[in-house]
Amino acid sequence: MRHLSGTIILGIGTLLAVLGAAFAADPLFRAHALILALTLGIATIVMARLVQVNGNKEVDKSGYMDEPIRIGVILTIFWGVIGFLQGVLIATALAWPEFNLEPWFNLGRMRPVHTSAVVFAFGGTALLTTSFYVVQRTCRARLWGGDGLTWFVFWGYQLFIVMAATGYLLGITQGREYAEPEWYVDIWLTIVWVAYLVVFMGTLVKRKEKHIYVANWFYLAFIVTIAMLHVVNNLAVPVSFLGIKSYSLFAGVQDAMTQWWYGHNAVGFFLTAGFLGMMYYFLPKQAQRPVYSYRLSIIHFWSLIFLYIWAGPHHLHYTALPDWTQTLGMAFSIMLWMPSWGGMINGLMTLSGAWDKIRTDPIIRMMVMSLAFYGMSTFEGPVMAIKAVNSLSHYTDWTIGHVHSGALGWVGMITFGAIYFLVPRLWGRKQLYSLRLVNWHFWLATLGIVIYVSALWVAGITQGLMWKTYDSQGFLVYSFAESVAALYPYYVLRMIAGLLYLTGGTIMAWNVYKTIRGDVRNEKPMASPAAQPAE
Amino acid sequence: MSILDKHKILEKNVSLLLVGSLVVVSIGGLVEIAPLFYFQNTIEKVEGMRPYTPLELAGRNIYIREGCYACHSQMIRPFRDEVERYGQYSLAAESMYDHPFQWGSKRTGPDLARVGGRYSNEWQVKHLTDPRSLVPESIMPKYGFLSKTKLDFENYGAHLRANQLVGVPYSAAQVENVIADVVAQATTDADISGLEERYTYDGRFSVPLGDFDGNPDEITEMDAMVAYLQMLGTLVDFSTYVPAESR
Repeated sequence: MRHLSGTIILGIGTLLAVLGAAFAADPLFRAHALILALTLGIATIVMARLVQVNGNKEVDKSGYMDEPIRIGVILTIFWGVIGFLQGVLIATALAWPEFNLEPWFNLGRMRPVHTSAVVFAFGGTALLTTSFYVVQRTCRARLWGGDGLTWFVFWGYQLFIVMAATGYLLGITQGREYAEPEWYVDIWLTIVWVAYLVVFMGTLVKRKEKHIYVANWFYLAFIVTIAMLHVVNNLAVPVSFLGIKSYSLFAGVQDAMTQWWYGHNAVGFFLTAGFLGMMYYFLPKQAQRPVYSYRLSIIHFWSLIFLYIWAGPHHLHYTALPDWTQTLGMAFSIMLWMPSWGGMINGLMTLSGAWDKIRTDPIIRMMVMSLAFYGMSTFEGPVMAIKAVNSLSHYTDWTIGHVHSGALGWVGMITFGAIYFLVPRLWGRKQLYSLRLVNWHFWLATLGIVIYVSALWVAGITQGLMWKTYDSQGFLVYSFAESVAALYPYYVLRMIAGLLYLTGGTIMAWNVYKTIRGDVRNEKPMASPAAQPAE
Repeated sequence: MSILDKHKILEKNVSLLLVGSLVVVSIGGLVEIAPLFYFQNTIEKVEGMRPYTPLELAGRNIYIREGCYACHSQMIRPFRDEVERYGQYSLAAESMYDHPFQWGSKRTGPDLARVGGRYSNEWQVKHLTDPRSLVPESIMPKYGFLSKTKLDFENYGAHLRANQLVGVPYSAAQVENVIADVVAQATTDADISGLEERYTYDGRFSVPLGDFDGNPDEITEMDAMVAYLQMLGTLVDFSTYVPAESR
């Protein structure tokens, strides 16, 4: 009777959602509860069809649990394409405001859909999926807690994504950047996240390897820190237990500091520590070389997680936050440059003796490019955290460009590399459908990032300087509206750059689809035999 | 490098690794956040700060719902150009009742910390309905639907109570008279004596009044939104404010 208990739990969930809709305190909660009921209802039907009444076909539980990883890879690609598309849509609306469709598709509601789709849906699913893959291989143990718990973590997280995104379009938001979901969605994520920690910890405990591999340090720090940040930053008092609205526990200065302590470390732990875990497994595997330095990984792990937490106040330079906090934030942000580059160096030097692979292996090329962007954005970050630089860069598109060099360059590229590594192995294929298409993906993505980042550097500095320009008589030269008009060409360029990146993503989706089907493209090999290095 | 050799202990013990990581990542936050609740000079002493009226609070919630903070800051930095463009730089005290804060992080549009009283109600309504009819260069989305949506304020007493729980000093009278106060604030030539009594702080009654959306038949979300915009940055009496030497 497999799946029976799951079907019953989902059925009860559907019923509760319908009740929530019936007794809702406000119309938005009703709409959101109906979306939940619909989602859970569909899941119940799917699950019920899987129930085998007399099926005694035992599932082999001796090996690794790879089914959620296969689904996770597909969902990572799906959310990636959705997130990139969403980015292109809002970039279009910024260049041509007619593309805002009130009320549901106005920029203010679409923007968190983009950020959450990329960070939490694409990035989060990638982290969940790869951490499950890596922890099993490096511990030589099946995921702990039974298959049910793993599936709960996996689908529970997807439900969080659906509820968050539909909420934004309806207008359900806390108004905290990168922590927009309202209180009840936050509680759900907390439950899922604790279960995630339990599965991950349990697997580490029952490992058959003596040492815990470095990738798992980073994954563990990511999971536990995100739990801490999420809970503290989302402390709030709901107006009604069947209503959408809550009021944050903190106000003003303290609320701003808490939010950016969270916000910067969503970057630091979600988008950095977690993806460093990914890098520490997949790069050595693909390069078939050991990690460059064990000692460097110890030093840079502990210093990275210690220093990152302090960097939040650089989002609040020259605001009403007390000066001492700003100074601390700036100092620690500059120090953070070192452990960040420790990770980059450890990754790049792992290629010692295998550098020729950059020429022959487009997957290695992607991973190297991701480390290069990691190095660039973790240098740019400390520079922008210097108060004098920040006085110009803050509030401008320079910040947006900086975030994208990290997100598209580092997070995106390392994930693509991991996906190309995983797909043939997970589906038992000898090779990818096409390495040349990986190469196309690589160049489209790289070109997209370079155009994106340069366009927004120019846009940001233009904006910052126009706001501060005085004439000889001491009057401000430009109205705000003139600075908006000046950005038009860069906003168009940004949209084109996003389109290039999106095209790369869809090529990946096609390549992965064909690989899963078992097709192999008839194409010339990437490197001619004559160019092989003499080793 | 014997100390690095000792790292083996952590690498072989999951619980130590977990606790060690948690301790290391807790320190920065504790040092930077906790003192902000205790240091007396974190929030300046000013006159005139008051909690939002229920109509303004409803407007603020619409501001949050529509994600205005994605493109507008509410935090003027102490630079010559910003003070000339937007007005007196923002004080911590001015957002002491903001749950959550809305300082923002990006100026795709201008700062709104002191937009209150800068434009007429008619201008605000027209601009929200069709921004490019007034500012051709604008890339702001249209918010005309606010005028067509009736404001749901019957249960705002619960909102004020939730604010009380998180520390906003709403009085019992303010919670009880939510509906009367919304109607009084959003109706032309209404009897405002009750509203005035309840929302006068330090001798100042700085509550924008009137039929904000130009439609006297009903109180819409546009009324609330414009009432909120019209009070932004107008509360503190800067004639009596003395900046601290350092904080």
